[in-house]
Amino acid sequence: MIKTFPYGGTHPPDNKLTADGKIVYPPLPSSVSIPLLQHAGIPAISVVTKGDKVLTGQLIAKAGGFISANIHSSVSGVVTKIDKVTDSSGYKQESIIIEVTGDEWKDTIDRDPAIRREIILSGEEILNRCLESGIVGLGGAAFPTHVKLKVPAGKKCDLLIINGVECEPYLTSDHRMMLEKGEEIITGILIMMKALNVSRAMIGIENNKPDTIEHLGKLCKEISEITVHPLKVKYPQGGEKQLIKALINREVPSGGLPIDVGVVVQNAGTAFAVYEAVQKNKPLIERVVTITGKSLASPSNYMVRIGTLVSDLIKAAGGLPENTGKIINGGPMMGKAVTTADVPVVKATSGIVILKKEESLRRPVGPCIRCGKCNTVCALKLEPYLLMALTRKDLTERAETERITDCCECGSCSYICPAARPLLDYIRLGKSQVLQMKRERTLEKNKA
Amino acid sequence: MSNVLNISPAPHIFAKDTTRSLMLDVIIALSPALIASIYYFGYGAIIVTLTSVVSCLVFEYLIQRFVLKGPVTITDGSAVVTGLLLAFNLPSNMPVFIIIIGSIVSIGIAKMTFGGLGNNPFNPALVGRVFLLISFPVQMTSWPVPSGFNTGYSDAVTGATPLALVKEGLKNGESVSDLMHQVPSHMQMFYGHMGGSMGEVAAAALILGLIYMLIRKTITWHIPVAVLGSIAAFTAILWLINPDKNADPMFHLLTGGVMLGAIFMATDYVTSPMSYKGMIIFGVGIGVLTVIIRVFGAYPEGISFAILIMNAFVPLMNKYIKPVRFGEEVSNG
Amino acid sequence: MSSTVLMTIISLTLLGLLSSVILYFIAQKFQVFEDPRIDEIQAILPAANCGGCGFAGCRNFAEALVKADTMDGLNCPVGGSGTMTAAARILGKEPVPADPMVAVLLCNGTPGNRPRTSKYDGASDCRITHNLYAGETDCAFGCVSHGDCVKVCSFDAMYMDNRTGLPVIIDEKCVACGLCVKACPRKIIELRKKAKKDRKLYVACANKDKGGPARRACKVACIACNKCLNVCEFGAIKIENNLAYIDALKCTFCRKCVSVCPTESILELNFPPPKAKAEVREATVNA
Repeated sequence: MIKTFPYGGTHPPDNKLTADGKIVYPPLPSSVSIPLLQHAGIPAISVVTKGDKVLTGQLIAKAGGFISANIHSSVSGVVTKIDKVTDSSGYKQESIIIEVTGDEWKDTIDRDPAIRREIILSGEEILNRCLESGIVGLGGAAFPTHVKLKVPAGKKCDLLIINGVECEPYLTSDHRMMLEKGEEIITGILIMMKALNVSRAMIGIENNKPDTIEHLGKLCKEISEITVHPLKVKYPQGGEKQLIKALINREVPSGGLPIDVGVVVQNAGTAFAVYEAVQKNKPLIERVVTITGKSLASPSNYMVRIGTLVSDLIKAAGGLPENTGKIINGGPMMGKAVTTADVPVVKATSGIVILKKEESLRRPVGPCIRCGKCNTVCALKLEPYLLMALTRKDLTERAETERITDCCECGSCSYICPAARPLLDYIRLGKSQVLQMKRERTLEKNKA
Repeated sequence: MSNVLNISPAPHIFAKDTTRSLMLDVIIALSPALIASIYYFGYGAIIVTLTSVVSCLVFEYLIQRFVLKGPVTITDGSAVVTGLLLAFNLPSNMPVFIIIIGSIVSIGIAKMTFGGLGNNPFNPALVGRVFLLISFPVQMTSWPVPSGFNTGYSDAVTGATPLALVKEGLKNGESVSDLMHQVPSHMQMFYGHMGGSMGEVAAAALILGLIYMLIRKTITWHIPVAVLGSIAAFTAILWLINPDKNADPMFHLLTGGVMLGAIFMATDYVTSPMSYKGMIIFGVGIGVLTVIIRVFGAYPEGISFAILIMNAFVPLMNKYIKPVRFGEEVSNG
Repeated sequence: MSSTVLMTIISLTLLGLLSSVILYFIAQKFQVFEDPRIDEIQAILPAANCGGCGFAGCRNFAEALVKADTMDGLNCPVGGSGTMTAAARILGKEPVPADPMVAVLLCNGTPGNRPRTSKYDGASDCRITHNLYAGETDCAFGCVSHGDCVKVCSFDAMYMDNRTGLPVIIDEKCVACGLCVKACPRKIIELRKKAKKDRKLYVACANKDKGGPARRACKVACIACNKCLNVCEFGAIKIENNLAYIDALKCTFCRKCVSVCPTESILELNFPPPKAKAEVREATVNA
């Protein structure tokens, strides 16, 4: 039987318009804008100044702490400005702006396309290389990979899970990567296995991508440590907790991390980035971005330099359609709507979805008819209607005991609600308030 | 910038189901039973249904427009469902003015006083029915005998329901096996050929509606199965203990409002629990209470009271019956 | 029949007597001594339980007053100095005068001043919008217009002006409890000292961006040009984070700063001689 996670979940329409679109290299942009915070954690610290000449792959900002990541120039050119620039949320963010003069790569990077399978580096060296190369999780959360690949003291890891689920509608970047860069990804998995010192890895792929399952299955035939597992299509299977439950039936405890059940989950795209960093010494300066939307002339998968403006990519994909109502940075279930297309692609950008005007508006909110659909779709078995009510009444402590912080913000509850209630909007707010309350509590405890 | 983009928090796409489409599904699921009752009870059924639906809509409109002075939401379909269910719970020869009183009680008292759709603790249609049953016991318990489409509205021949017949007979010391000869056969009851409220008689049509709602995922199986299962189990025990004094489970399932109650009344979104566990407990509670009222109580039929009693427990169930959260009981295998 | 009635009356009376005796002794035994002054003070407090004093409710404030050595730092903004003097008299302590305050909104981003660059389509809650993005305009510091402050005001002292999209504070009703200040996710409501005739002079802007971007986002943004700082003779103006701030304690309402401000971000309200210019601006704020 094909596996999936046992409870909750929804089936938003797939709309994978670009599933057959080969990864294309768009023309180099005329300038890139590289934010200093593209990852989970603390912002990186700039190591260049205005007027500096930089090469492709050159370090331009150093990690600001343990949970942080290096940032490299994705083009060669001149630093014109280090200033606050509006990011995708409309707030200003420290960014480095580079005027592109060409594409001159740093000479330490091996640009030979031939695949190098032999892993020379030791586990420790692999971690260091990931840190140096600024590798972060490319699934969306952008958590620094070197942190994730380091098993904390006292914890044991016996399995690496590669997330090739891509359950978000529209997006196909992981799909195309696995199909076109399969061998590199397999090598990347072996590298990560070496770093984690585990002897088993599983690749989970939803069975709406039969070509990928077949392709990777063929590649893994010789390698007994890696197995490919087709999964039943169900959102949000790409969530770490759901994926672990689906594949090996282990439940990550509430408030815990996958490592608590001996698992590390990495995105398939990350495996490719790790391969390039370790085998080719190439830092994370480009990634695959799906530009898609029903109204777009030619939706495509692009290999994009970090810092390229989204508007440039949209131009390459046929230009912004007339009746655009919403531009989403990420997938339609968890992505962020942006106010303008002039925002840069960052390490966590897996796709840009363009919605037509008529698709982009929410329905008017009705009263809760207590149908309980939100409860039944919640993969974490929370009660979204209750969490929303508690947040609106500012009952933060009660919300905490109802485990509001377990919410993974997958959006299934808001998606399914027949009365179009903004469940997740309030749950997200409640979550931030509970976290704030917890922080204050620890502060007080430390004081006492 | 002329083209201003829309911004909202994620998610950005939504399922097709709306409150209105769910209500429409319920209405579609109710239509086989409506057709059956028109087939059995003639145009009296049409008059009762129309009166009930129209007056529910009118009262909802009047109250929202002139009393609450708020937005009018009669288009969401909930008033139509209430009107249909109320009609289904009435005999097909009901005088129009009583139906209108029932609608006022259903919409005005049971629904709007609590804040409208989503806030009423008790099923509005059932509140209306029980109010009428207590206020107009004669009209509410003189059921026309099904006699084809051409039956008149007010001159219909009336008779007792099988349930009332059996209850009365048992009180007079007759045995069940004798009484079974006086009531229609199980097969006839399954197709609805018996006296009763206009919508409750045709079990087959109601089950058709259930199947439709399950396929459309309008409701889950938990409540209907729990209600019917517990009624069957409880009456089976009684029947096995003393088959002379107690009717068989099939009889109990097919008579009275059990099918209508289990499939359409108990599963009302607003007045049923939101967790699967709660739904099962709710359903079993209804089943047990129904049988207790039927067998030991004064009324021949008890499902409406049972549902209303269990409705009162729903807030408690929602509060205390929680699903086991993901990762709460870690059993890693 | 009569004996039943008689028995009922006798037994109930006895039961009542017995209970009252038990209750009396329990009340004696478990009596908690409370300073009677707490009740006295609570009686003169406004009983709004708004929390403006920093305590959970009026009773807690009364307890704190009785317990405290001096009345320093304890003030009921709702009752004002009258209440505090009365409380001081009950306690036999020296009243510490506190200035009456009033809330003001540090934003004048009407649709005319601040062009809309996106349309928000989520839940109507300031905090949600604030956590999500900069807001419907390019100003990431100004009012997001969902009225969280109005929702929390328990004195009916605020309402949303649908034309400007900004909350309006009714001076006569505002008691400076500070609930709106806490509710605002952008921290753009300030409690300022109340002046004679409700006169107000303040910089109605919270934009910490540099002049250029601030001005681009909003016509009446403070661009930190220092002109007001230079013209002020009383040292009442300071500039921090690209934002001018007028200290209400030092300001003498000379209004020189108003005339030099190039972006008209300094608001003067409730001043008598209606200069043509001031009137127009008042209309945009108070209407």
